[in-house]
Amino acid sequence: MRYALLREGASYQLIIRFGKTVRMSNLTRSTVRDSLSVALTVGTYGVAFGAASVAAGFSVLQSCLFSLLTFTGASQFAAVGVVASGGAAAGAVAAAALLGTRNTLYGIQMAPILKVKGVRRVLAAQITIDESTGVALSQARRGVDAMRHGFWITGTGVFIFWNIFTLLGAVGAKALGNPASWGLDAAVPAAFLGLLWPRLQSNFLRVVAVASMVFAVLVTPLMPAGLPIITTVVVAVIFGWKSR
Amino acid sequence: MSTTTMWIVLGATSALCFVIKLLGYLIPERWLANARLQRINALIPISLLSALVIAEGFVQKTHVVIDHRLAGLGVALVALLAKAPFPVVVVAAAATSALVYHLH
Repeated sequence: MRYALLREGASYQLIIRFGKTVRMSNLTRSTVRDSLSVALTVGTYGVAFGAASVAAGFSVLQSCLFSLLTFTGASQFAAVGVVASGGAAAGAVAAAALLGTRNTLYGIQMAPILKVKGVRRVLAAQITIDESTGVALSQARRGVDAMRHGFWITGTGVFIFWNIFTLLGAVGAKALGNPASWGLDAAVPAAFLGLLWPRLQSNFLRVVAVASMVFAVLVTPLMPAGLPIITTVVVAVIFGWKSR
Repeated sequence: MSTTTMWIVLGATSALCFVIKLLGYLIPERWLANARLQRINALIPISLLSALVIAEGFVQKTHVVIDHRLAGLGVALVALLAKAPFPVVVVAAAATSALVYHLH
């Protein structure tokens, strides 16, 4: 059984042919392997989101809609996290939006590579996240076609797995009941720590993280629940103001 | 939070996050070429995720508290230091926290 990836409209079709040889270059095969391994790994994190969302009081349907419509992990965790901590709706939305602003920069990087218009641009935008952009940019040495393949396959793959695993996590958490009894209330901050960890690539970034945590602890008693989270952006502004 | 408010959170978050993504394909590159803006933007996820660790791990309403969640976070930290994959980190944290919660 041979297969080849052909770009067709907005998506990719996995063409499976029997008997007839459709050769797939080594170049493309490596890109597909990179993309799918990232998609599956990251997709499984959806279990943690589904569980966190249900623990925050959202229904299974709402949790699944978050993953289908919002589809940017850290923002989703932030929205349900602020709700879980008793914050206001505006605080939840603002935290999610601020965490999503990096996707704008990803779009700016991807736009000249993908050259998409119309419906394809809408689809590309929805799957413009850390992983799709990361894999695409990592394929640069294999050429622009590989970058496009990497983007679409990773983005679509994460979308599929992330949504499947969100449903599993949400249904599972619903069946479990009291979040604290199963440690779900600790799973949420642990998930945030897990999302933060790989970003701490330098001592400077670690200092920013620790300063942000100290700042959050200090302002927590001073303002309504949920607000300290967005206020912490001040720390990012202070540390980012001067070049280093 | 009422059911209606939660639907609003879901709708507003989804709409805003999509617009933010689409913006990248619509605005000219030079608009965000400002170095300071890029530096701050790169630090925002770190600050927000750090604040979220505190808000979810050590806060009850508007009080900073130490409870069973600390044990879970401690184990998560050890797992991350040991380069454990994300699902292992989360499950280990949950299991530890649940154990402490029931022993308490």
